Amino acid sequence: MSNITDLSALELRDAIAGGEVSAVEATRAYLATIERTDPQVRAFNEVLAENALAQAQAVDAARTAGEKLGPLAGVPLAVKDNLATPYGKTTCSSKILAEFRAPYAATVVEKLHAAGAVILGKTNLDEFAMGSSTENSGFEATRNPWDLSRVPGGSSGGSAAAVAARQCAAALGSDTGGSIRQPAGFCGVVGFKPTYGRVSRYGLVAYGSSLDQIGPLTRDVPDAAMLTAAIAGHDPKDSTSLPADVPDYLSEVEHPIENLRVGLPREFYSDALDAEINAAIHAAAETYRNAGADIVEVSLPHSRIDRDEQGKLSSYAVACYYIVAMAEASSNLARYDGVHYGHRTDEAVDDIIQLYSRSRAEGFGPEVKRRIMLGTYTLSAGYYDAYYNKALKVRRLIKNDFDAAFQRCDVVLCPTAPTPAFAIGEKTGDPLTMYLADIYTISVNLAGLPALSLPAGLARDGLPVGMQLIGPALGESTILRAARMYETASGTTRLKPPMLSE
Amino acid sequence: MSKTIDLKLVRHIGKLSRIELTDLEAETFAHQLADILSYFDKLQELDTADVEPMAHAVELTNILAADEPHASLTPEQALANAPQRDGDFFKVPKVIGDSQ
Amino acid sequence: MTDRNDTVTPVIGLEIHVELATETKMFCRCRNHFGDPPNTNVCPVCIGMPGVLPVMNAKAVDYSIRFALAIGCEIPFFTKWDRKSYYYPDLPKNYQISQYDLPLSRQGKLEVPLSDGTTKTIRVLRAHLEEDAGKNVHDNPAHTGVDLNRAGVPLLEIVSEPDMNSVEEVMGYARTMHRLVRWLGVSEANMQMGHMRFEPNINLHVTRDGTTYKTPIIEVKNLNSFKALENSVAWEIDRQYDEWRSDPEGFTLAKLGKQNRGYDDATGRTVLQREKEEAHEYRYFPEPDLVPVTPDAARVEEIRASLGELPLARRQRYVDEYALSLIDADNLTQDPATGELLDEAVRLGGDAKRCVNLLLGRGAALANERTCTIGEIGVTPPQLAELAKMLSDGEINATAAAAVFDEMVAGGGSPRQIAESRGLLAVTDSGQIETWVDEAIAGNAQAVADARSEGKKQKKAFGFLMGQVMQKSRGAAQPAEVQRLLQQKLRS
Repeated sequence: MSNITDLSALELRDAIAGGEVSAVEATRAYLATIERTDPQVRAFNEVLAENALAQAQAVDAARTAGEKLGPLAGVPLAVKDNLATPYGKTTCSSKILAEFRAPYAATVVEKLHAAGAVILGKTNLDEFAMGSSTENSGFEATRNPWDLSRVPGGSSGGSAAAVAARQCAAALGSDTGGSIRQPAGFCGVVGFKPTYGRVSRYGLVAYGSSLDQIGPLTRDVPDAAMLTAAIAGHDPKDSTSLPADVPDYLSEVEHPIENLRVGLPREFYSDALDAEINAAIHAAAETYRNAGADIVEVSLPHSRIDRDEQGKLSSYAVACYYIVAMAEASSNLARYDGVHYGHRTDEAVDDIIQLYSRSRAEGFGPEVKRRIMLGTYTLSAGYYDAYYNKALKVRRLIKNDFDAAFQRCDVVLCPTAPTPAFAIGEKTGDPLTMYLADIYTISVNLAGLPALSLPAGLARDGLPVGMQLIGPALGESTILRAARMYETASGTTRLKPPMLSE
Repeated sequence: MSKTIDLKLVRHIGKLSRIELTDLEAETFAHQLADILSYFDKLQELDTADVEPMAHAVELTNILAADEPHASLTPEQALANAPQRDGDFFKVPKVIGDSQ
Repeated sequence: MTDRNDTVTPVIGLEIHVELATETKMFCRCRNHFGDPPNTNVCPVCIGMPGVLPVMNAKAVDYSIRFALAIGCEIPFFTKWDRKSYYYPDLPKNYQISQYDLPLSRQGKLEVPLSDGTTKTIRVLRAHLEEDAGKNVHDNPAHTGVDLNRAGVPLLEIVSEPDMNSVEEVMGYARTMHRLVRWLGVSEANMQMGHMRFEPNINLHVTRDGTTYKTPIIEVKNLNSFKALENSVAWEIDRQYDEWRSDPEGFTLAKLGKQNRGYDDATGRTVLQREKEEAHEYRYFPEPDLVPVTPDAARVEEIRASLGELPLARRQRYVDEYALSLIDADNLTQDPATGELLDEAVRLGGDAKRCVNLLLGRGAALANERTCTIGEIGVTPPQLAELAKMLSDGEINATAAAAVFDEMVAGGGSPRQIAESRGLLAVTDSGQIETWVDEAIAGNAQAVADARSEGKKQKKAFGFLMGQVMQKSRGAAQPAEVQRLLQQKLRS
């Protein structure tokens, strides 16, 4: 048989269930890959080898005893380090939580356990999920396995890189403004953000509470279906969790959609878009057309992308997103104060205020500080209406646009990012430039809709280009099926970066 | 139309945010925050007079739980991550009274 | 003491925080229980650990609606949650989940009984739900300890309009609220346990020579006893007037706005509090982790129907139906069980006045001993009714009845059985009483002489002799008969 680590998560699951491979073998194979490649890729904050092997052993013992195995039994996964695990640390790649050990598990982690999955370790991210390149990590920057001088995207850069470098069968990330989809696009893997509320947020360290969602990063679409089914569902611990039943995404994913209507938002295809990416998306549209789909033009006026006088990309949606996300973040991160957990300054302090201010100054990186300060400012007296409340209204306009669009199409097709992966250090000089990397992904979070990024091929320099499919609320099945249609028609799937062939 | 944020305002925001700023940080942030806030001003171009603000991305209501106790953490578990403790209390510099 | 030309009107509003008597906290299911060892009723949610989320307590919402209906509030069809930001070690998330612009209830009123027998209507602006903070422990001089057991306990914040104009009105409002929340069962309102805290807002309107001046509004923070409330309001009224007199143009609301002060228990005075930084910068915004509540009209009506008779209504009924004094009626309506006991006993045939006397006599004394309400001492309506009837029929006298009452409460049993077994049934046999009277007269010559005299000593001596007879009868002699015979014998 081919290399264990070349199997998709689904194939590996079946192989383990069928006794062809043991869970321990699979786990060892992945741990070996991590050991070999992570010095370059740096996807992992913490590898939980002992824990993982124990989990794998338990699966093997269960199988030997003839017990029923869970749907992910023995599948080695990586989990973004802003998801609470009851073992190891949960650091959010921040110095302020560098030693934090959670006495509880995120609901999705408990679901993975219940499904029999093996957790290999915690992956790197932009600090507190704030960023689009993983360069904001308080520890180190993860590299893109396709080109180690480039970013893997962010904030789930560690998870995306780990999947691309075949350090795990699949991974979980989180997405607030594109943080699953954009790194998936940069790393040539599939990244899926479900409908807001589809997956419980309990145990996901909050960044933008009304925007955050957890989702899978995988090598192909069926794996995404399988992982989503395992983590989705109502959770009484999350008041924003949707009560709807979870369909059997995996059994549905191979059924193409007849008379699929694919919408192309006219506002996304201005000259602001990189020519190669534009071409890739239109090629994808052709693929859909050849598969029997209708391509229709739709309009998302409030997600319009312009260039301003200085040639900088400009978008209402980006402004709206950042106001909302930063406001919520400024409040969500107030708890990191050196009192109940986390970093406390060693310096002598005069009073509690100094304790807070110094601990936070030492523990947070510059991007986190900026966002907290901006969020605090926009919520403060006199500015609430002009910024925060205004943004909440624009948010509704953005959502209304999508509602209207979905009257005319089943899925929206658009780019994942305006460029392929950029070089490390290229965009760190100016925060705004980095924010504009999110230009195609953020509307989705504002509207609370599901969206998936999958590889549309390779661009110049052999870098992956991602395409994005957006669906209506609770349209996971539609998106997965539509994505699978493209995957099977184009054969673009399970891309392998050159470094793995060396 | 560019916004300016003076150092005094930056320091005020720093104080509200409970983040101590070095002089360099205050200056750098002043420029960066001004740029970003100018960008945010773009939203003023949109007419939102009759639009309802959208604070949530779900339309749920009345999510209420029964008043039944669950198992709590032990003080050991609760304090395991505490930077400083005094027995079973979290330890902080002297403050006055309670906040509520 | 006001200057001759000044008319001083205190204008006072009161914010009351009430801890609700739920089993668990507002946003997590840790126990809501006072007095447990530190940090034993905590979980990741109420500690505010990374990644946790709040889930509302249904009972807290029910209790809040119950209270709101009892004071005639309007329950809006839509209510939401907001975050109120401030940093303090007892507030682990450094924001409090509360309600800002769309609270659970609005515009109610409380009738406050005053000492002259009238009531004053105090308007309640709103009552909303929020979570309590933990406790900071200051035993050690060098640092503070934080106990989060109380963090997250459901708190009902009741805000009045500034309709009160005197210490009496403030205390009346506070005590009436205290009684009401206990009556409704929504809070134990145990002051020692910190279940009820007060924050009065006080200023003065001073009219001098036709011009009205307003002093700055002072909010006194965090008072947790009636004494503290009374002292601080009284002190503030005096203090503000003094300050204003020495600077009538400067010490005004327009110039100084609103300020906070603390209270010093030791001196009974309000004190300047170190300025709570940016106290007004709460940066309220909608709580993204909680969805709104749309109270169901049917459920609201269900709750309204279950309210039962409220204290003031019952008090008035007692005055009207049982011809009780206001004071007696008041004492019987401090809790619902006492009145229920009385009403049921009356329904079973007991005379209202006699039942009331028993309840407010031995009943109150026993309740005091046991620190419970009169209704909780353990006497049942049939027992009370029977004893009252025995009194009405002269089968037992007041002293004996008291003894029977005590025994009834201590060990149960019917009053008749107890009276019989202890020989407390009234002795009406004139012959027997006459024997006791003769004995009393024979043994107390001086008293007899005094009782026959016409001076000051007469009444006392007569009472003494009566007491002697009662003693000989071990309290069983019927007093009316004793008096008749004693008078007769003394005259002869």
